Amino acid sequence: MALRALRRVGPGLAPRCPRLPPPLPPRVLAARRLGTSSLVLSARKFTDKHEWISVENGIGTVGISNFAQEALGDVVYCSLPEIGTKLNKHDEFGALESVKAASELYSPLSGEVTAINDALADNPGLVNKSCYQDGWLIKMTVENPAELDELMNEDAYEKYIKSIED
Amino acid sequence: MLRTGCRAAVSRRPPQGSAPRRLKRTPLDALHRSRGGRMVPFAGWSLPLHYEQGHLQSHLHTRSRCSLFDVSHMLQTRVYGQDRIRFMESLVVGDIAELKPGQGTLTLLTNERGGIMDDLIVTNTLEDHLYVVSNASCADKDLAIMRVHGCLNPVGGGKAVSQPPASPGPSMARVLQTGLSDDLAKLSFMNSITTTVFGVPGCRVTRCGYTGEDGVEISVPAGRAVELAEQLLGVPEVWPAGLAARDSLRLEAGLCLYGNDIDETTTPAEAGLMWTLGKRRRMAMDFPGAAIIMAQVKEKPKRKRVGLTSVGPPIRPHMAILSSEGTPVGTVTSGCPSPSLGKNIAMGYVEAAHSRAGTTLTVEVRKKQHPALVTKMPFVPTQYYMAK
Repeated sequence: MALRALRRVGPGLAPRCPRLPPPLPPRVLAARRLGTSSLVLSARKFTDKHEWISVENGIGTVGISNFAQEALGDVVYCSLPEIGTKLNKHDEFGALESVKAASELYSPLSGEVTAINDALADNPGLVNKSCYQDGWLIKMTVENPAELDELMNEDAYEKYIKSIED
Repeated sequence: MLRTGCRAAVSRRPPQGSAPRRLKRTPLDALHRSRGGRMVPFAGWSLPLHYEQGHLQSHLHTRSRCSLFDVSHMLQTRVYGQDRIRFMESLVVGDIAELKPGQGTLTLLTNERGGIMDDLIVTNTLEDHLYVVSNASCADKDLAIMRVHGCLNPVGGGKAVSQPPASPGPSMARVLQTGLSDDLAKLSFMNSITTTVFGVPGCRVTRCGYTGEDGVEISVPAGRAVELAEQLLGVPEVWPAGLAARDSLRLEAGLCLYGNDIDETTTPAEAGLMWTLGKRRRMAMDFPGAAIIMAQVKEKPKRKRVGLTSVGPPIRPHMAILSSEGTPVGTVTSGCPSPSLGKNIAMGYVEAAHSRAGTTLTVEVRKKQHPALVTKMPFVPTQYYMAK
């Protein structure tokens, strides 16, 4: 997401999201030529724009990271794409609005939107309260599993956040 | 009141890739940081965007209780001399000579093309000077104008001799009264006294603000700003508030932000600010750009600043405004979701034919079109105080 409101997170601000659970080791089934995806469950991966994606049975769930939700502030409106929208990796697929600014969302992978989180229409604050669970944004197919390898795992993302904070 | 507000928060343009200049710090800088203020650059200063409570809660608290804003970054100038009124009137559009002792007014600095150079408050103090408060983002420009045009010497200029905290909110009068011997009930909107506040002498208290609430700006001698701020913040219902809340509050109150809603390319007629022009001044046409401005008043301006409301995705600056037929008719200059109203509010300029309240227009939000309604401002009713 475009974090124009990105600022150093001070020590006085307690994160509103729970700590990430330790990532599960990825299990990869033998590739099938006719299958759409060979991934059963992958660890959560992160983009340098602070989205995360977690793939299960070929469907990726997308959200924003705790770092992003803290920098953004209270989310008051979520602009999300329609089901069926085809996205390429890096495509802008929506925006999260706080009172002061809009932050665009960028697709971590190429695929088609299969679901959007309807709960956010009435309760956009879920993105802040539960960014890794109830505050998920969209689900999408994974057209090209190799793109997942280009994303950061949790450790790499934590290092990345530290580097941009300084 | 018209003030520069939260440009750092609303601007969509990323900062240019130049070496960061050192930011100026207000006397309350350490206080902001110790209270968890998230500091951002604004008009060359380091200022708090919000504190731990967050933007939304801070905004709502200001409307229900009381908040303290650090506005030390604004330029304060004292103008002395027997010709000070004539001098001031040579630069601004207001009837300064008619100000009663202690009374201030919002007015505009204009240029030869009728454009607005800055919006500011000029007060005819009970002492021997005019007290002028103008936007931090226009500080260099304003000082240059005053120096070039003045056969007098404006005093105070670049060295802010005092730092004003501002405290608006419904509880403000009750909280402040406990620290004042003067009767606040006698101090009307836009009036100013010099007095002792919570034991700090020599404070200028002006009943004005930028939120639409009943508020005061307190200009306090340099060395005692922290002491006064801590006294005020020691009252549990007084919360510190930052630039983010300042901007959403002023937009709800229908107040312009210099640089967004008014600038050198907008005239007072287009901006709907003709009320700042003094009656005598309109007749005399003795202010910069008078011929252009008064001609616009006579022929009606071709575009006008309007308020807009909508639901759905928030309206933000620079978005295109279209008629209900789809033709471009204007541009948004300010916008945000309104915390008090639960819908989106915005300001922009539209062609005069589409500017009447109740007109349905369309705003283009990220390539999709959404309806918006031209709405009278203020969006939230104001609470300015008038003594009986």
